[in-house]
Amino acid sequence: MKILVCVKQVINPYAKVFPDEENKIVRSNNARYSINPFDEIAVEEAVRLKEKYGFEVIIVGIGSLDIQESMRRALAIGADRGILVNTDVELCTLVVSKIIAKLAQEENINLIVMGKQSTDGDHSHTGQMVAGLLDWPQGTFVSELTIGDDYLKVVREVDNGLETLQLVMPAVITVDLRLNEPRYPSLPNIIKAKNKPLNKINFSDLNIPEHTGYEEIRYDSPLKREQGIILSGSEELVDKLNLSSMVVK
Amino acid sequence: MDLLINLEECYSNEDRMIQATVADFANKELSTGISDAFEKGYFPTKIIPEFANLGLFGISLPKPYGLELSKLAYGLICYELEKIDSAYRSFISVQNSLVMYPIHEFGNEKQRSIYLPKTSSGEWIGCFALTEPDHGSDPDNMETVAEKISGKWVINGSKAWITNAPIADFIICWAKTSIGIRGFLVNSATRGVIINEMKHKMSLRASVTGEIVFENVELAEDCILPGTEVGLVAALKCLTQARFGICFGAIGAAMDCFETALDYSKNRRQFDKPISSCQLIQADLVEMYQELTKSQLMNIQLAKNSNTKNWHIQVSLAKRNACRVALNVARSSRNILGANGIMLEYKIIRHLLNLETVFTYEGTDNIHTLIVGKYLTGDNAI
Ligand SMILES: Cc1cc2nc3c(=O)[nH]c(=O)nc-3n(C[C@H](O)[C@H](O)[C@H](O)COP(=O)(O)OP(=O)(O)OC[C@H]3O[C@@H](n4cnc5c(N)ncnc54)[C@H](O)[C@@H]3O)c2cc1C
Repeated sequence: MKILVCVKQVINPYAKVFPDEENKIVRSNNARYSINPFDEIAVEEAVRLKEKYGFEVIIVGIGSLDIQESMRRALAIGADRGILVNTDVELCTLVVSKIIAKLAQEENINLIVMGKQSTDGDHSHTGQMVAGLLDWPQGTFVSELTIGDDYLKVVREVDNGLETLQLVMPAVITVDLRLNEPRYPSLPNIIKAKNKPLNKINFSDLNIPEHTGYEEIRYDSPLKREQGIILSGSEELVDKLNLSSMVVK
Repeated sequence: MDLLINLEECYSNEDRMIQATVADFANKELSTGISDAFEKGYFPTKIIPEFANLGLFGISLPKPYGLELSKLAYGLICYELEKIDSAYRSFISVQNSLVMYPIHEFGNEKQRSIYLPKTSSGEWIGCFALTEPDHGSDPDNMETVAEKISGKWVINGSKAWITNAPIADFIICWAKTSIGIRGFLVNSATRGVIINEMKHKMSLRASVTGEIVFENVELAEDCILPGTEVGLVAALKCLTQARFGICFGAIGAAMDCFETALDYSKNRRQFDKPISSCQLIQADLVEMYQELTKSQLMNIQLAKNSNTKNWHIQVSLAKRNACRVALNVARSSRNILGANGIMLEYKIIRHLLNLETVFTYEGTDNIHTLIVGKYLTGDNAI
C-alpha cells in the first residue's frame, strides 16, 4: 500500500505578518517558515500506519525549492521519499489539487492524507477538490482513523458532534488537530532524512494549466481595534449604545 | 523575534533543522517545570529518556558511537537548551563533552564499547571530577592520588563541585599517579566512594552538584583511561569542548533575558507611555542587542574554526566574552523589568543567578583572561 501525504510550507503561525505596499501578497520580516501544522499531523498519522502495517509514505510538496526544508522534516518524522513539484508561481487550490490528483494516479496511491487546511490561506478546499477530481470517497476533519483490508473507518469532527464513516479505498482524508500529537523528529532521523530520495519535477512538465479563472485581488490588515473608553455610569452607557446604532434598536 | 542581521544564513539546512527541532522540544518539554525545579532545587530526571530519544547524547562523537553533527549544531543545541535554563545545558555539556568525549578520545575499544552505548541511551549518566575543595583554578596541584598496589589502582582523596555527581552511575575521576595526572572510570557504587549532594546553592539550582570522597577505592587495572597518559592536558581537552558549548549557551540565556525585557518594555506603561519609548530604555536595549549580535557572530566563527591553530585559546576568548556579555545583558534586562525583574515568574533573575556559575566554572573569567593574556604577551601571569 502507498500513502501520499501533502506538505505545505507556511509562515510560522506566530510571526507578525502584513500586506506589501500593493496589497498583493502577505509579507513578514525574516519570519521563519515551517510545515503547516495540520500537515505535520497528517505526516505523523501516515508514519504511524507505516510503522504498523509497513506502507510506503510519499511526501508531495509544491512550490519553490525553499520548501525542501519542510519536506525534509516530514522525511525526518519517518516518510520514505518525497516529490517536489517546483514552481515559483503562487498556484491556486484547484491547480494544486490537479497536481496532487495527477501524482496520486501516476504513483498508484491507495490513500491520500492531507491537513484539513493550511494556516496561511485557511481555505480548506484542497482535500475535497482532490477527492472530487479523482472521484474517490473523502473523509474530512478526521480525528480518529482505523484501517481494514480495503476500507477505512474515520471519525469526523462536525458541528453537531462526531460522525463515523466507512470509506472504500482508494480514498482521501483530511486530518483535524485531535487526530494525534506529532513526534519530534530525532536528531539521528534528521540526519537520515538528508539521504532519503527527494525527486524534483517541474510544474511545467505536468501539462496542467496554471490559470483557472481565479484571482486573489488584495490583502488588507485587520482593522485596528479602537481604544476602549471608561464611562461614568449606566446613563452614559445607554446613550453610547443608542449612538453606536447596531447594538440597541 | 525578527532578525536585523540574519545569522541563519551562516547555518546549513541541517543545522537549522536541528536547531528548530531542539527549540521546539525545549519550549514544549523543558520550560514548564523549570521554575519549580529551580525553586525547590532538583534536576528533573524524568527528562533524561526524552533527551536520549531526541539524540542529545553523543552529539558530536564520530559514528558509530555518536551522530557526528557539526560543531555549530552542537553549539546551537546548547544555545536552545540554555535559553530555557543553564541547568539543562550543563547536563548536556557534562554527558557529551566531559563524559562521552573523554571515553571516546582516551578510552580503549573495550571501554568505548561498554560505556558509550549505555551513555548514549541515557541508561548511564556520568560525571567529571576534576575540581577539589582546595584546588579549583589550579588542578595541577590536585591532592587526589591513585596508587598501583599489587595489580590494582587504589584511589584516595576528595572532589567538590561535581555536576551530576548525585545522580551519576559512574565518575571520570582525575587523580595523580606516580607518573602524572590520569583519568579513571569509577563506578559510583564502588566500595569507598561516598557522594553527597551540595545543597543550598543559590545558582544553577535545577542542576545537582556533589562532593565525592574516595576512601581506599580499589579499582581493576583496566579502569584507567589509557589515552590520558598525556596528563592534565587530557582533562583540559575535555574542558575546551565543554567551554565551546558554554559560549553558545550563555548567549542563549542572555537572549531569553533580552527578549523578555524587550517585550516587557513595550507593554509596561509609565508616565502615560510605554517605557520602550524612553531614550534611556532604548539605549539599554540597543546595547544588549549589539553585544548579543557580536557574540553570536564570534561564536559562529569559533565553530567554523574548530580545526585551526590555537582553537583552545579562541575558545577561552569566546567563553570570557560570552559570560561577560550574558551577565551584563541579564542585569540590564533585570533592571528594565523593575520589581518584576526579581520574580521567578519572569525568568530573568533565574538566568542571572545561573550565569554567576557559568562565569566561574569551566575556567573562571580571570583564568581565561590570563590564557589570552599569555597568548598576546608571551608572559604567563597565572
Ligand atoms: C555549580 C558548579 C558546578 C561545577 N561543576 C563542576 C564539574 O562538574 N566538575 C568539576 O571538575 N568542577 C566543577 N565546578 C568547579 C569549577 O570548575 C570551579 O569552581 C572553578 O574552576 C573555579 O575554582 P574555585 O571555585 O576553586 O575558585 P578558585 O580557583 O579558588 O578561584 C577564586 C578566585 O580567584 C581567582 N584566581 C585564582 N587563581 C588566580 C590567578 N592565578 N590569577 C588571578 N586570579 C586567580 C579566580 O578567577 C576566582 O575569581 C563547578 C562549579 C560550580 C559552581
